[in-house]
Amino acid sequence: MSEQPLRGWCEREVQQELPGLGLMSVTVELDGSRSLTRASPPAVRSRLRELSNRWRGARAVHVRQEPIPAAYRVFFRQIGLDPDIARTPIEAAVLERMIDGGFLSEGLLADVLTIALIDTAVPVWALDADQVNGPLGIRVSRAQERLGRSAEGPGLGAGRLVVADAECPLAILFGQLGPGHEPSSSTQRLTLFAVQVAGVPALHAEETLWACRSALVGEG
Amino acid sequence: MAHTEQLVVDRQGRGLWPSASDACFEQARPTADRAAREALKGQIAKLERELSGLVAHTFPHISPHDQAGELLSGPRLLSLGDLERVRDRLALRVGEVQGEVGERAALERRSRELLRRMKLEPGRYKCVRVPVADLGDGHCGVWEVRPRLGLIGMLAGWWQVKLSSGCP
Repeated sequence: MSEQPLRGWCEREVQQELPGLGLMSVTVELDGSRSLTRASPPAVRSRLRELSNRWRGARAVHVRQEPIPAAYRVFFRQIGLDPDIARTPIEAAVLERMIDGGFLSEGLLADVLTIALIDTAVPVWALDADQVNGPLGIRVSRAQERLGRSAEGPGLGAGRLVVADAECPLAILFGQLGPGHEPSSSTQRLTLFAVQVAGVPALHAEETLWACRSALVGEG
Repeated sequence: MAHTEQLVVDRQGRGLWPSASDACFEQARPTADRAAREALKGQIAKLERELSGLVAHTFPHISPHDQAGELLSGPRLLSLGDLERVRDRLALRVGEVQGEVGERAALERRSRELLRRMKLEPGRYKCVRVPVADLGDGHCGVWEVRPRLGLIGMLAGWWQVKLSSGCP
């Protein structure tokens, strides 16, 4: 794992079927004194307020037509998800902002991931890096595989698209993380990953990871 | 021998070694399959963009929700049949939404015409109401033919068109 964004692997079958699908990840070493679930610093909260003001009803309605959100909508259709039922991350965040009246602060890590998502429209997820074994990539789940290393992880069944390390699936693509792999308040190393689809420039995926990294290590 | 029987016999009677034409067929099949899938994915992308455009431009009158939409169990690589089903469902949905857009446009046209006539001859449209939303303006409020000065106007036949804001 690296502190520079790295391109993840992609199973040949997946790559052939879904060209343009890619994963980028970065490992972030955190300052021991900072808890990920603590309240966000004023700069982060202020950025959330600024984004809340920028995202009003009219823009929220048309977000599905913007190039990057539209690329995720098309991709969702192509993998059997209805984006009006299982919303794309950017649309889910914008809908939540409309319902709540703003992007509400939910702790440092959640806020940083939300800001990166709203800024670039590319979703980012965080894993506890100590629970990740080897580089991340995208593949199809195999029969009788479970989500995560824990025995409590839900069964996946064969054929689902998952984000995996060298050992097991850690997250469903655009879905839930495996139990035990989510960062906790005591997590000291994070693996952040962004999922890029056809029509989304790699620059956006890199930018979203850099933005998260900068905010979390206090450079931003 | 019937035609169908002959086909079965031919396939069963194939030798151990594939013929040159079989090899060509096997080689061409994945390519053709891939081309078909790519074409379907292109059609899905086009339909999705079309649907998004229709929904965004008619907001909030038309729901994007597809009542008959299938909820598959999580993200997966779709088979050719699955892709065809997604494409067909999406095409049907675009058709449904286009129909709703047409109905909506007709309603707005009728409402505008009614309002125009109400303004010309309010006395012929006593107490008729036209919601502003039905005019396609997207605001709250109602155009209504009401008597001027209440009961006096009602008895004297003094009618006027008023816009009540109706907004909370």
